[in-house]
Amino acid sequence: MLLNYIIRRTLWAFPFMFAASIVAFALITLPPGDYVTTFAQTLSQSGDVVDETRLAALRERYGLDQPFIIQYFRWISGVLVGDFGISFEWQQPVAGLIWERLGLSFILEISTLIFAWGLALPIGIYSAIRKYSVGDYVASVIGFIGLAVPNFLIALVLMYIAVVHFGTDVSGLFSPEYRQAPWSFDKFVNLLTHIWIPIIILGTSTVAGLIRIMRANLLDELNKPYVTTARAKGLTEFNLILKYPVRLALNPFVSTIGWAFPQLISGAVITAYVLALPTSGPLLLQALLAQDMYLAGAFILLLCCFSIIGMLVSDILLAIVDPRIRFR
Amino acid sequence: MATVADPRAAELTADAHASQLVLTWRAFRKHKLALFSAIVVLLFAIVGIFAEFLAPFDPNVTTSKDLYHPPQGIHLIDTAEDGSWSVRPFVYAMKVTRDPMTLQSSYAPDENRKIYLGFFAEGASYSMWGLIPSNRHFVTTVNPAERFYLFGTDRLGRDVLSRTIHGTRISMSIGLLGVTLSLIIGLILGGLSGYYGGTIDMVVQRLVELILSLPTIPIWLGLSAALPQDWPPLIRYFAITVILSLVGWTELARVVRGRFLALRTEDFVTAARLDGGSQLRVIFRHMMPSMFSHIIASVTLAIPAMIIAETALSFLGLGLMPPTISWGVLLKEAQNVRSIAQAPWLFIPGGAVCLAVLALNFLGDGLRDAADPYSNDGR
Repeated sequence: MLLNYIIRRTLWAFPFMFAASIVAFALITLPPGDYVTTFAQTLSQSGDVVDETRLAALRERYGLDQPFIIQYFRWISGVLVGDFGISFEWQQPVAGLIWERLGLSFILEISTLIFAWGLALPIGIYSAIRKYSVGDYVASVIGFIGLAVPNFLIALVLMYIAVVHFGTDVSGLFSPEYRQAPWSFDKFVNLLTHIWIPIIILGTSTVAGLIRIMRANLLDELNKPYVTTARAKGLTEFNLILKYPVRLALNPFVSTIGWAFPQLISGAVITAYVLALPTSGPLLLQALLAQDMYLAGAFILLLCCFSIIGMLVSDILLAIVDPRIRFR
Repeated sequence: MATVADPRAAELTADAHASQLVLTWRAFRKHKLALFSAIVVLLFAIVGIFAEFLAPFDPNVTTSKDLYHPPQGIHLIDTAEDGSWSVRPFVYAMKVTRDPMTLQSSYAPDENRKIYLGFFAEGASYSMWGLIPSNRHFVTTVNPAERFYLFGTDRLGRDVLSRTIHGTRISMSIGLLGVTLSLIIGLILGGLSGYYGGTIDMVVQRLVELILSLPTIPIWLGLSAALPQDWPPLIRYFAITVILSLVGWTELARVVRGRFLALRTEDFVTAARLDGGSQLRVIFRHMMPSMFSHIIASVTLAIPAMIIAETALSFLGLGLMPPTISWGVLLKEAQNVRSIAQAPWLFIPGGAVCLAVLALNFLGDGLRDAADPYSNDGR
């Protein structure tokens, strides 16, 4: 039954990815004029000689004079074998530019999610059990701040404090000597010493949302008769809370990966830009500003796919935790 | 006392006669925080509406001698040299000293020079809403040649206070306009999906799920990058609004659909239908009033999301662009560490964003709890 559900749900992800690929490609073709025109403009502005035959060859290769469907088909069949087209700004294949940045984005987003869970779960439980205590109010206030202050503003304020009061620069994911270095254990350790700052910045709003959800769910459960029964039977308070109400309150908590993950990806773009992280956000922005659409399209497509897979994982986890879902 | 025809009538309290609006208001009034937030939101609205009058200066005027001028504090009591005093608001002028090596200016208050301020004084001329020409400002310098800066100035010597006030108009209105557009899309699609069910419901629900599963900022960025750079500011403003609502309608559609599904099987709706009411009459006369308060609450909660989205887009340089002034455009000035280290007051528009977003969220929470005055869950 569970396997059946997982297969059904996984199959559902494919039409979604197909739709996402159409969205991404529509964004590629959206700017006025095709890329080759923009490219030619950039060349002539910088005083280079525009080679008409080369432009014609580029048009031919991407089918730019063909209708949308054919252009899409050429693009997507390339994407499926790992060819995302050429970045005109960088003059090299898109595929070579994106994977390391996407990998770092992925690491950042997953660690943020784990961080948010690890922090929100105990705080949410505490807030619900000690309702209206000082700790609960402190958690609520932090929650509201996380809700109201945009990620990038937190990032800016932190950078300001770091520069003015501590004289250090908190941007980037690596120390300068590791930036161009190949991957090694030392580089990984260096990453760990930097990544916690964007994780905290990115995690605040997610933590805030999760605390609110956990608290509300647990409060609903705590007043139910089975809790009284368990208490009457002499269970210790700690075991009682963790074993029954928390387990039930966890269900909506698991489903939050579904909505939190797309939000994290969104938030990571802008936070990464402020902190100048070597992740996908800043390069995506740069590509969009330069109308380097194959590069931008690849990022948009892959970020959307991340997000859809995140939703899929969340649904499957939910089915594992809650048997009722599988039978719907 | 006359015999009562219906024994239930004897138990009727004043509450039972109150209209839904009165009941909602009573429930809402109990939320002190929401009530306070409503006042804050109202103040933001007033600032946005009367921006030209409330701003002391023209937000786009640059002053080459006041670059990164720090904020000045207002003094109310003016003491003359002979010891007599009077109530007259003024600020101390700042003396500039320029570092000969770095050419960086540093400002220090000059206690000998006072710049007097006047309420409703005459200053730079403007035309209110593009209609009424005037030159009166709520507070400005008495001598039009002088300037004062409550919030400091930016890198071109423009008054941050005036700019924040004008930004309030654009940022708040883009939230309101964007949500209105989202509401129209959400009402149509959510209503169709909830009222008819079946295949339409299936399609709309899948569409909502698809949009919810996509990360919004990359999509927004992609869409706004496609806007031609040479569009006039007003067109760009509307285009950005449309882009924001193209993604933002899903939550409202969900609420509308949920309410339609819940109401469809209610007795009074069935009665109206069996009574021969047309479909439009059933929807607008009988169902709409019952979901109105829920929609208002969801709309209030959707506005802050729009404001943050606009701020984020403009901050990244793909949303609104100068000369349009929005909070996001202003925060773009605070983008690099060097300028905020030198001029931390550039964060002030960010404070406005946070305050507005927080107030709208509290207001929305209060409205949502008050939206259903018949429920007795003790909230």
